[in-house]
Amino acid sequence: MKKRYTAVLAAALALALTLSGCGGNASGGSDNSNASGGSANASGSSQASSSGEGSGAASGKTVYRTLDEIKESGSINIGVFSDKNPFGYVDENGDYQGYDIYFAEQIGKDLGVKINYVSTEAANRVEYLETGKVDIILANFTVTEKRAEQVDFALPYMNVALGVVSPDSRVITDLSELGDGDQVIVISGTTAETYLIENNPEVKLQKYDSYATAKNALENGNGVAWANDNTEVIAFALQNEGYTVGIPTLGSQDTIAPAVSKGNESLLSWINDEIVALGEENFFHAAYEATLMDTYGPDFEETLVVEGGKVTQE
Amino acid sequence: MPDLGLNVLLKGKNMQRLLSGLWTAMRISLIAVAISMPLGILLGVLMTKKNPVVRAVLRVYLEFIRIMPQMVLLFLVFFGTTGAFGWNLSGELSSIIVFSLWGTAEMSDLVRGALISIPKHQYESSEALGLSRSQTFAYVIIPQTVRRLIPLSINLITRMIKTTSLVLMIGVVEVLKVAQQIIEANRMASPNAAFGIYLTVFLLYFIVCWPISMLARRLEKKWKD
Repeated sequence: MKKRYTAVLAAALALALTLSGCGGNASGGSDNSNASGGSANASGSSQASSSGEGSGAASGKTVYRTLDEIKESGSINIGVFSDKNPFGYVDENGDYQGYDIYFAEQIGKDLGVKINYVSTEAANRVEYLETGKVDIILANFTVTEKRAEQVDFALPYMNVALGVVSPDSRVITDLSELGDGDQVIVISGTTAETYLIENNPEVKLQKYDSYATAKNALENGNGVAWANDNTEVIAFALQNEGYTVGIPTLGSQDTIAPAVSKGNESLLSWINDEIVALGEENFFHAAYEATLMDTYGPDFEETLVVEGGKVTQE
Repeated sequence: MPDLGLNVLLKGKNMQRLLSGLWTAMRISLIAVAISMPLGILLGVLMTKKNPVVRAVLRVYLEFIRIMPQMVLLFLVFFGTTGAFGWNLSGELSSIIVFSLWGTAEMSDLVRGALISIPKHQYESSEALGLSRSQTFAYVIIPQTVRRLIPLSINLITRMIKTTSLVLMIGVVEVLKVAQQIIEANRMASPNAAFGIYLTVFLLYFIVCWPISMLARRLEKKWKD
């Protein structure tokens, strides 16, 4: 995807510039390069990889802000979900809430900066970090090898596996039960999509851009089952009468962790220290009890929570 | 009356949030319309000129914008410019740029189509009546062109308003995104809210687009003879 964008970029911008004349933006760009000039040397290796993406026009600029730059600016941009209850959502007063947000608030407090939440979608989280448009992604981001090539993950704070939920009228307990005309609903850019494409290419996928549209699709019967993180499908089946998690774990157990732009060492190590320090006061158990208890009940607390960045294999 | 979950709208600031989301969508589309209508008319007129260079450039621009899905254009401008040039455009500004580029391209083709649909004899008759070139345009060609353009451009404007639902992909929280947030935040308390909220969103879009259609119909009637 990204390569295609960059390939047509030059043409697009030549047109954009000649036809709509956005001179005002050019000056913003030069400010940016000045601000990040100081840290350009420190991250030489990461620059090599990012310019390898094929964006010819990309000079060796650092896209991210270091820990000191964030502290100096007085605010941090954190990309979160705004429609994924109970991890990241917006309540009726317009305030962000949830497990991810509980952690984000703590980060803001300990850094001593104001938090600027950015509403992200599953499909654009990597792009937000690659362009430095947010400092941290805290949007229920599952750690995968492929993503780790594009962004840097900190220590995990939650466990997750894939699961498949389907209506009671026809519970899918194994992917081999799917017939020729059966489609499985996934959200674009999620682990479930990648897993099914790689391991079960015969499964026909029906892709949606956001959580809310995928949920509507299952409820309307557009697909026979919905593959997503198991937390999601367990919660969905608990709350919606008539649905069963036929496949509670599909593939391997993964973890969820905060992510920063590739090469942002100072911010990454600060987050890691923070997670270890918070582990000593059982912070993430408190976070579970404050935000996830209503959805998953007490049974899943030890399964889901990762404390102090240490994953305990069961 | 089935439970549509409309009570969810009355909780907290939900209704106010929906309306401010609608205002965001309106702001983006109306600014883009204001930019693209005059620019589109200008480019459309240029497209009917004989100059091959001008025509080729405009043709490439038009085809490029028309072939690209708006979603790709949004990603290009929002993320692409940051990657390539280090510009940090906001989501809303990126949206306005994309919608203006798109609107201008489509509008220019509509104008070109309307202009060349005026039969040649209209020009020749005007000349025979002794009208100057500017008089021909002012009294004969432009009134006919505008009449043909009204329904086409109204269609384009309403399409631009509705397509703002894509800007949620670049982090702009507009009316549809607010609707999804409200539905999700209440998915336990009011699982039926989706229908009621989407119905409300439909009504909001309708309230915005209907007056535009009415205006178009009135103009068409007024200029009929």
